[in-house]
Amino acid sequence: MTGRPVGSNKKHTARQLRILSTTENLELARRFVADSARQHGFDQDDIDKITVAVDEACTNIIKHAYKKAPNKEIDIEIRVEEPQRSPRKFMVIIEDHGAPFDPTTYHAPDLQKYFKEYRVGGLGIFLMNKLMDEVQYTAGAGKSNQIRLVKYLPS
Amino acid sequence: MSEFTIDAHEHDQIRVLSLKGYLDAHTAPQLESSFQRELESGRYKLIVNFRDLDYISSAGLGVFMQFIEEVRKHDGDIKLANMSKRVYNVFDLLGFPVLFEIFEDEKEALLSFQNKS
Repeated sequence: MTGRPVGSNKKHTARQLRILSTTENLELARRFVADSARQHGFDQDDIDKITVAVDEACTNIIKHAYKKAPNKEIDIEIRVEEPQRSPRKFMVIIEDHGAPFDPTTYHAPDLQKYFKEYRVGGLGIFLMNKLMDEVQYTAGAGKSNQIRLVKYLPS
Repeated sequence: MSEFTIDAHEHDQIRVLSLKGYLDAHTAPQLESSFQRELESGRYKLIVNFRDLDYISSAGLGVFMQFIEEVRKHDGDIKLANMSKRVYNVFDLLGFPVLFEIFEDEKEALLSFQNKS
């Protein structure tokens, strides 16, 4: 499965990849975003950050939105926005059609308490927020859920 | 598919697990089984060598969280060694260096077990 170009214009360029909801496909998602990020001039440190954030988003979709059901679709799109005013944005938009995640029920974990209780999992959203410049989640009302991960492009 | 392998060997009654490849939600269950086997055999002094590990996500970190309590209950520990900057960064963002001892190399981790006993 490879990304296919879906056209471009002056304002932004886009690439898409569709994967099925199994953890073995995380590798494909990582490779796809890492290649795109590299092509857009990010250094290795930022490429690593973007890659981990996308892995965490897809892992959450597989585990929580689709509750580990295989053969559901996850759409990943890379879009670069070049607004009049900087910064230029490298956006990874990830869509699923599973159970919506309610961001109001999410609280950033108190890490100290977290460690005291040796809790497992639930660190994905925390990491995404740490690794990216912007993270937006839109729960779909009957449509798809969308998470938008943004990293500012090097100027 | 993510490539991930674990090589286990023993050094002065201390078990060393060397990880190679990609540790993510797909491969984390393999590491979970390895830890389970060690604990079932009563081995609680563990070193994890990260030298050949290229990648880790929170699913991989979760495995360490899952076992550390039981290991320490039995007077053991999980000590980490030879982490690349890329892997260390993820550990660091989540505050793991507070919870785990991280060593430059396997030898230092072994010494730290030996000095304690």
